[in-house]
Amino acid sequence: MPTRSAPAERLPTGGGAARGATARRRRRLGPRRNRRGLDHVGSSFVSTRTALSGHGIDVVCAVRGLVKTYPATRGRRGVPATAEVRATDDVDLDIRRGEIFGLLGPNGAGKSTLVRQLTGLMRPDAGSIGILGHDIVRHPERAARILAYLGQESTALDELTVSLAAETTGRLRGLDVRRARAERDAVLDELGLGPIAARPLKKLSGGQRRLACFAAALVGERPLLVLDEPTTGMDPVARRAVWGAVDRRRAERGTTVLLVTHNVIEAETVLDRVAVLDRGRVIACDTPAGLKEKVAGAVRVELVWREQAPLDVPEVAALRGSAVESGRRWTLRLAPDEARAAVAAVTGGAAFAALDDFTLATPSLEDVYLALGGSENSVKGLVKS
Amino acid sequence: MSAVPLEAPVHAGGGGAGGGEAVHGAAVLAPRARLFPALAAVYRAQLSRARVARIPLLFVATFQSIGIMILMRGVVDGGGEARAVVAGSSVLVVAFVALNLLAQYFGQLRADGGLDHYATLPVPPAAVVLGAAAAYASFTVPGTVVTAVVGCTLFQLPLAHLWVLVAVIPLAGAALAGLGAALGLLAPRPELATLLGQLGMSAALLLGVLPPDRLPSVVQYARDLLPSTYGVEAFARTFGPHPDWAAVLLDLAVCAAVGVVSLTVATMAYRRAAVR
Repeated sequence: MPTRSAPAERLPTGGGAARGATARRRRRLGPRRNRRGLDHVGSSFVSTRTALSGHGIDVVCAVRGLVKTYPATRGRRGVPATAEVRATDDVDLDIRRGEIFGLLGPNGAGKSTLVRQLTGLMRPDAGSIGILGHDIVRHPERAARILAYLGQESTALDELTVSLAAETTGRLRGLDVRRARAERDAVLDELGLGPIAARPLKKLSGGQRRLACFAAALVGERPLLVLDEPTTGMDPVARRAVWGAVDRRRAERGTTVLLVTHNVIEAETVLDRVAVLDRGRVIACDTPAGLKEKVAGAVRVELVWREQAPLDVPEVAALRGSAVESGRRWTLRLAPDEARAAVAAVTGGAAFAALDDFTLATPSLEDVYLALGGSENSVKGLVKS
Repeated sequence: MSAVPLEAPVHAGGGGAGGGEAVHGAAVLAPRARLFPALAAVYRAQLSRARVARIPLLFVATFQSIGIMILMRGVVDGGGEARAVVAGSSVLVVAFVALNLLAQYFGQLRADGGLDHYATLPVPPAAVVLGAAAAYASFTVPGTVVTAVVGCTLFQLPLAHLWVLVAVIPLAGAALAGLGAALGLLAPRPELATLLGQLGMSAALLLGVLPPDRLPSVVQYARDLLPSTYGVEAFARTFGPHPDWAAVLLDLAVCAAVGVVSLTVATMAYRRAAVR
């Protein structure tokens, strides 16, 4: 659970807080020094409230103490019983104006359940949700007038043409015919969907269909976009179109984006801040860079053996204890000097003959997830590419 | 649970000037979609789906009804029975599309999260339900007219009063589409929605097409409970030499009343299904 009353021990992150709309942290190679000392490693992650209260930053979406429990189900023939599941467990969040805020977590972490509550599709058992000053728990129908939601399913639009899907969505968002058509044309043009505008969504590839649904979400402007895994199945061109469109709206209108993802790479590149979810709880919330600094003392070493690890080499046998093995691949999280020693050991002598490949990298959000106590099994639900 | 201190400034989201309403200290809400424009948009979108998905099914509905009439030609011997068969087969097309297919559509939409799309748009629930029901009722028009004309030719019935279909199709359509939408949205699982839709259509087939005089009295009561019966009766009455127009109107009024009730139930079911 996020510590709300944490003292303002969080240092102003040089790049993090002041990051502009277009500034992007790219992944860097090579080990990075921990510039801030080590004292914060064991501390709680950032309290967004602390950061907020001092600066009066606009909060677009404020969530407090949100709880949602799925009741236990009795088993029937062929269907095993399931225990009660706390899909959202005392979640607190603050999403600020104009940021891309991410919810990261493996499948089943409770991301979609949380988003369904924020969009008014599901009533929480307890807690409060305020979006731009409106109480969404008491008035869930207001959510539709504040935000645009891109869900994971496209069934409602599947049999429409791309153009009609966008136009109809715009009309149902309250635009008149002329405006809905004008916005439809502008959005289809912006996303490069013109050539396939007359084709039904059903006949498109998964990525194109996703892009068409994204287009529908953009028709009829909203100050908050809630996007549930928007780029699933998209090629790089379509991805770029999506993030380009999002950036334009942020720069021109201060649009805020809540993004659900389980793609670690995407999270690192596009998000301003990220809340990491594990079994319904927010286990961390900070900028991707800020989160990575929590495990900055560690370096990730990946070793890929040709056939199998040469366990007869004593150094390799010693490393095995701290390695996560997956087939021929070993993943180790080590302190920098340990990493150096390990690399020296496997690149020299007998071990080198058995080595196929090795990489040395700064920690990713996946390492953060593990370091924060995310379960080792569920991390497999996080997609790396 | 704590009160949320929010000092969110007013941010006009998408044309908030027109129709948006301000809550103290909160952002202006974008306007709602109004009922009739939203209904028109849903209707148009649903009609366009016909081109992609529905046309083969419309053929099936029509051929099924024509096939039943051809079968029944050997059984009934003109007169009142022939009228009942032709009227029943024509209204069966409405039952197939409006009740069965719409129940399946909403059952499917609800099961795989398609309702989320509508539920996160500021659209009145009635617009979604009525738009879809109206579109499905419209799908039935060609099949019903073709079935009626073919039936009249097969059984040598007069074509003079076929214009009454202008009232029968929308009113029977409203009653059956409302029932179909309600079944689809209330069924806990999509397979059940399909099953209920099929059962409803089978009931319309057995109780509507078979001449009522030959049915046992229990089944005749069941027949009175089925909304399609009143559409069938209204239509069958117009084949006579001197139709009883008051009775026709009464039958159609029952269809209209059932339509209002079932569409209201369907709208409530939609609201319930949209927010879980």
